Amino acid sequence: MEKLSFRHATPGPLPGRKSQAITGVVASGNLEILLERVLEPTVCTVEIETPIRGYGDVWEAVIADFVARARPGGLRITINDGGARPDTVSLRLLQGARLMEV
Amino acid sequence: MIDRLADPTSASWYEASARARIDGLLDAGGFREFVGPEQRRMSPHLPLFDLPRAFDDGMVVGEGILDGRPVLVAAQEGRFMGGAFGEVHGAKLVGLLRAARQRKPAAVLILFDTGGVRLQEANAGETAIAEVMRAIAEVRALGVPVIGLIGGRAGAYGGGGLIAGTCSRLAVSESGRISVSGPEVIETNRGAEEFDSRDRALVWRTMGGKHRRLTGGADAFADDTVAAFRAAALNLIGRAPAFDLATLEAEQARLEQRLARFGDCREATEIWSRLGVNDPAAVPATTASAFDALLSGLGETTHDAR
Repeated sequence: MEKLSFRHATPGPLPGRKSQAITGVVASGNLEILLERVLEPTVCTVEIETPIRGYGDVWEAVIADFVARARPGGLRITINDGGARPDTVSLRLLQGARLMEV
Repeated sequence: MIDRLADPTSASWYEASARARIDGLLDAGGFREFVGPEQRRMSPHLPLFDLPRAFDDGMVVGEGILDGRPVLVAAQEGRFMGGAFGEVHGAKLVGLLRAARQRKPAAVLILFDTGGVRLQEANAGETAIAEVMRAIAEVRALGVPVIGLIGGRAGAYGGGGLIAGTCSRLAVSESGRISVSGPEVIETNRGAEEFDSRDRALVWRTMGGKHRRLTGGADAFADDTVAAFRAAALNLIGRAPAFDLATLEAEQARLEQRLARFGDCREATEIWSRLGVNDPAAVPATTASAFDALLSGLGETTHDAR
């Protein structure tokens, strides 16, 4: 199991007041994402556990792109990966951010 | 913490996640999860096998409201490791059932979706199956109905099939399957001549929802929608049998009669024919409403046993 961890600065809090959300399932080609509004509004962290080793660069790029698009300030995001492709990861992250915005 | 369904009336039970099934089954907004994913009570065993874990270990448990009455509910996520019973997964269901002894809810609902025990933590899983069956007996003895709902992709196999057998009442859909040994297990042990696991029509007419309903193994047949399972659950709570010696003796008599009457059948269609079904070959293709009409013409599929 490879563990990855990223920390990004964000301009401000993600809109909405939902304190936590979960989306996706740990299955082949899928992943689950837990989002918790527990950090300072100028920080977003993403922790990943994946059985597929050696794709740290891809994860880094996908997470950076997500942070730039969603501006998920204040979120602690934790991912259990089941071998999802980068496009699936990206869609699930955006879906998770949307769930937190209600 | 819940997946939302766009439209529970038409949403497929089979396709929905465990969380979405709970959301559509219960009255809106009343679900409170116990040991939620934020507590990260994940399997201590899967990392030894370099396998990914799930925050809820594939089991969602909590309390909610069904048609205005308090219920406890457990839902298995069949897409995570086939909904298999691991240590945490099983312990959450055992804990829920033990809580039911104190809380005395209107019912405990178990949304099965499981291939049985998780092989990577089999001892803990087998123990959990036994503990769940004992806890269900204790809950039923206190007068609380335990209703099983089966319509997920993994069915209710292995220990899940055993647990289903201890419930007060079961509702099943066309795609729901109930058995102990799965098709591949039977084929591996006894050969393809005994049971061809790739013959999907054979699998469904031997273990599928319609066969289980026709032979009295399940008590309601539901369309594959969340709304249909909600209606079936409400109906079955009202029809749950007492858990006493008379019920157990009736169940024993029912099973003995079934064996005597159908023990020499080689095919499910032979059983259906003996039950009085005029065109057994047409049964798998019938709609739920036509199937219900068929059932009402056959006496012995509804019983006071179990």
